[in-house]
Amino acid sequence: MSIPAIRIDSVTKRYGQFQALAGVSLEVQQGEFFGLLGPNGAGKTTLISALAGLTRPTSGTLQVMGHDVVEDYRQARMHFGVVPQELVFDPFFSVRELLRIQSGYFGIRNNDDWIDEILGYLDLLPKANANMRTLSGGMKRRVLVAQALVHRPPVIVLDEPTAGVDVELRQGLWQFIRKLNKDGHTIVLTTHYLEEAETLCGRIAMLKAGRIVALDSTQALLKAFASHSLRTRLRQPAAGVALGGNDEGDGWVGFGFDAYADVEQLLARLREAEAGVEEIQLGEPDLERVFVEVMHRA
Amino acid sequence: MPEALQVRRVAWVGFRTLLYKEVLRFWKVAFQTVAAPVLNAVLFLLIFSHVLDRHVTVYGDISYTTFLVPGLVMMSLLQNAFANSSSSLIQSKITGNIIFVLLPPISYREFYAAYVAASVLRGLFVGAGVWLVAMPFIDLPMAYPLWVLSFAVMGGAILGSLGVIAGIHAEKFDQLSAFQNFLIMPLTMLSGVFYSIHSLPKLWQDVSHVNPFFFMIDGFRYGFFGQSDVSPWLSLGVVAVCLVSLASLTLWMLARGYKLRN
Ligand SMILES: Nc1ncnc2c1ncn2[C@@H]1O[C@H](COP(=O)(O)OP(=O)(O)OP(=O)(O)O)[C@@H](O)[C@H]1O
Ligand SMILES: [Mg+2]
Repeated sequence: MSIPAIRIDSVTKRYGQFQALAGVSLEVQQGEFFGLLGPNGAGKTTLISALAGLTRPTSGTLQVMGHDVVEDYRQARMHFGVVPQELVFDPFFSVRELLRIQSGYFGIRNNDDWIDEILGYLDLLPKANANMRTLSGGMKRRVLVAQALVHRPPVIVLDEPTAGVDVELRQGLWQFIRKLNKDGHTIVLTTHYLEEAETLCGRIAMLKAGRIVALDSTQALLKAFASHSLRTRLRQPAAGVALGGNDEGDGWVGFGFDAYADVEQLLARLREAEAGVEEIQLGEPDLERVFVEVMHRA
Repeated sequence: MPEALQVRRVAWVGFRTLLYKEVLRFWKVAFQTVAAPVLNAVLFLLIFSHVLDRHVTVYGDISYTTFLVPGLVMMSLLQNAFANSSSSLIQSKITGNIIFVLLPPISYREFYAAYVAASVLRGLFVGAGVWLVAMPFIDLPMAYPLWVLSFAVMGGAILGSLGVIAGIHAEKFDQLSAFQNFLIMPLTMLSGVFYSIHSLPKLWQDVSHVNPFFFMIDGFRYGFFGQSDVSPWLSLGVVAVCLVSLASLTLWMLARGYKLRN
């Protein structure tokens, strides 16, 4: 097997008495589109900062493409690109100046062809010579994406890249990031928009209070945690509840099921019980429900 | 390309880029960062020379104004070297854009070298500015340009390092100005910029001798007049020891990631 893009081994991080990461181990393989989810304060940004060398773990080790982020930081950072969560920028420079400087930090001179390409993909060409101060919030966010890509890193981590980006640009951004993934880049993403994670990510880790509480392929998570659901409005809700349904009020009773074949049986039994089915709604499993359930159980 | 060579090339380009960025940062606002301090020094010069020139001579026959200029040049150089690294770092920390320097494969040594070199350059620009503006009005010799340059560069590097320490340690702008007002200003003012310490009472002469800034300015002045309060070799030694100690301290802080990668 090839070297994992990211390898995190028993990482803890303490801020004084506070335990931000409580022993995280995780591997992301090359070429994956990986989601890192969790509520506010779960430790996602802390974990990313440790990978980027912005913060030192209290214990444990982290590697990027086989390079330890502390011992072999130069190689690790050459292979790593981060789009930070905070909207930070340097007000002294124009977009192009900034990207040239960022390229230089990675030892790259004459990077203009690639810079133009990135700016094109991110719809920033008209603003290439504008001062950072004059950009809108969403544009600044896209410059952050561009900055993370100047050195063509094989591993790219995006910490809530779509916060504050309008719908159209969000679509564009995802298209671009998908293309990067197709071209072989490993992508790790954090987001609070769970539909995004569901459609984009092949695998997902859920973090809560500094611990991984779920880690599996998106498909498996959807299957394992949230079954499909059937909501029925009944004349006799009690009859439905007697069959194992959930009283949701207003005559609505919800049922979980695993396969569509089960629906027929369920409806047959409701008829037998003379529950009086008036309306039916079928619910697809979605990541949001999985997320809520996982966080609840953990 | 062999890996070791590749790494060295990346490190070199990274250092040069960071230096370039730091120089551009002050050069884009040169009106505030270079012109303003030059004007400041020139005002000092006008006032002090007007008041004192006819009453005071130093080292026998040197007029007070002539004596004053190298001190003012050095004082401006030192203060601006400090201002450059400290204000750049605290700004980057407060706005958060320091991460753009921390994410790339730039080692703490390159980081240090770039910030200090930019500080030295800002100091040299300001110092040269004061010197050039004063030139038409006085007849200032330069006996040993190499001494002048050595003390200018080393003094700038010392204050540049202090600026790195202060900029990393401080969390707010007012902490930085406390550093500036309670350490840098008194030490420069009491270093013999405005007088030869031979004109001081014995006690104050002794106090001056524990102020490293005194040696920076005295050695610098030696380069102009070929005369000084203490031997230039002694000054050179003191300044070199200061520089090496401060550089080590700063590098140690940076290597530990103190307040930058915690
Ligand atoms: N420098 C710090 N000092 C003290 N505590 C910190 C520091 N950085 C982070 N924390 C704490 O660590 C915890 C995890 O923070 P982190 O930013 O990693 O969360 P997150 O999962 O990224 O949350 P969000 O979704 O809100 O971005 C939080 O409780 C936070 O307050
Ligand atoms: Mg976060």
